[in-house]
Amino acid sequence: MKTSAPSEQLTKRIIACLDVDAGRVVKGVQFQQLRDAGDPAELAQAHADAGADEIVLLDITATSDERKTLVDTVRRTALQLFVPFTVGGGIRNLQDAAGIFDAGADKVSINSAAVANPALISEIANRFGSQAVIVAIDGKRGADNPRDAEVFVTGGRKPTGKRVLEWAREAEDRGAGEILLTSMDRDGTGSGFDCELTAAVSSMVSIPVIASGGAGNAQHFVDVFSRGKADAALAASIFHFGTHAVAELKQTLLAAGIPMRWPC
Amino acid sequence: MIAIVDYGAGNISSVKKALEHVGASAEVTTDPGIILSAEKIVIPGVGHFCRCQALNLHMRELVLSAIAKGTPFLGICVGMQWLFQGSTEALETPGAALFAGECSRFPAAVKSPHVGWNRIEVTGGSRLLQGVESGSFVYYTHSYRAPVVANTVASTCYGGAFSGAVERENVFGVQFHPEKSGKTGLKILENFCAI
Repeated sequence: MKTSAPSEQLTKRIIACLDVDAGRVVKGVQFQQLRDAGDPAELAQAHADAGADEIVLLDITATSDERKTLVDTVRRTALQLFVPFTVGGGIRNLQDAAGIFDAGADKVSINSAAVANPALISEIANRFGSQAVIVAIDGKRGADNPRDAEVFVTGGRKPTGKRVLEWAREAEDRGAGEILLTSMDRDGTGSGFDCELTAAVSSMVSIPVIASGGAGNAQHFVDVFSRGKADAALAASIFHFGTHAVAELKQTLLAAGIPMRWPC
Repeated sequence: MIAIVDYGAGNISSVKKALEHVGASAEVTTDPGIILSAEKIVIPGVGHFCRCQALNLHMRELVLSAIAKGTPFLGICVGMQWLFQGSTEALETPGAALFAGECSRFPAAVKSPHVGWNRIEVTGGSRLLQGVESGSFVYYTHSYRAPVVANTVASTCYGGAFSGAVERENVFGVQFHPEKSGKTGLKILENFCAI
């Protein structure tokens, strides 16, 4: 038996997000102006090899006729991926979630459907475990206090009247294993994460919070892990157009004293 | 052939894919004949310890007799916790008691669940962790953990030290997910397949 204790340091996670439309990876600026960036399975593998700690695949259109395309894409992406793999977009009920898990996802991310039917969170958690349920929250606050940030659904198009902080707490109480918080104010701008909003949510819940929206450079990640109290940070566009981006980012974060899984 | 015991606890396709990736042939099964005659047995698992009740009801004696005749066994996550005497998560559900001690929740001082990549401190002499350096990162996702015991071969610190891996003769358990732990995880599964 070993008596000397290893240092107590759960690493912060860098999550590469693939926004997928009709089986192709795209990335929008503030949910518009989509650009084609490649094949999901290839990009997922490339990011994992480069050091991404997790992969998230978000189906950003998820119309009913594209469900089959999504399940096929998930299956193909999961096949050679040996890091955690989350899928979100258009998951409306337990059956949808079951289909995504069956195709090889480890976690599902639910957003609009959880707002419409909060019981869905516990339904999925009871069947597949809390660790398999991420509640994604798209929040917008403009110049307001983070406490007043509002939840939007349907790809950021529809206000709900719900406050982000209260909804995050309710999601945890209902069995969510993690919160994926996207700042709509920052998404796609490259101007940095909303650290104030992220810190407010992180202090409100005891489950991990994944910050999203606004990543533009390495300092933005340093900020969101320190000031923003994020457990993980997610970004899409800054990874897609350069294969060494994740490795460089992690080295910068390590140098700034943020615990990282490195070398991978 | 490796039998992956299906007791309704999910995450089974990932384990099968990873075992096949390292060259093993694996089958997800509930068939007692297949489990008893398998070269190796894996019990995966995520979620609540109470799911082990299904395991206790239908496959406990079967799996324990396979272990007794020397079949290499690997329990993953809740599948490892089942090897202990029980868990405070479900007091009415006993474990297999192959290792002494009871699993319990992380203290309130740390965020729970413990989700993400953390280091394992590897002690010498493990067959499962042969070639895996101390300090390697593995992926965890759990709210309950097993204590460090005499058979602990890897420990992780989070709200205190807990068992990351246990090993005794042909019985192996890992709290982390080797099927989701990148190259390190695949190496561990490869080691298990070679036992």
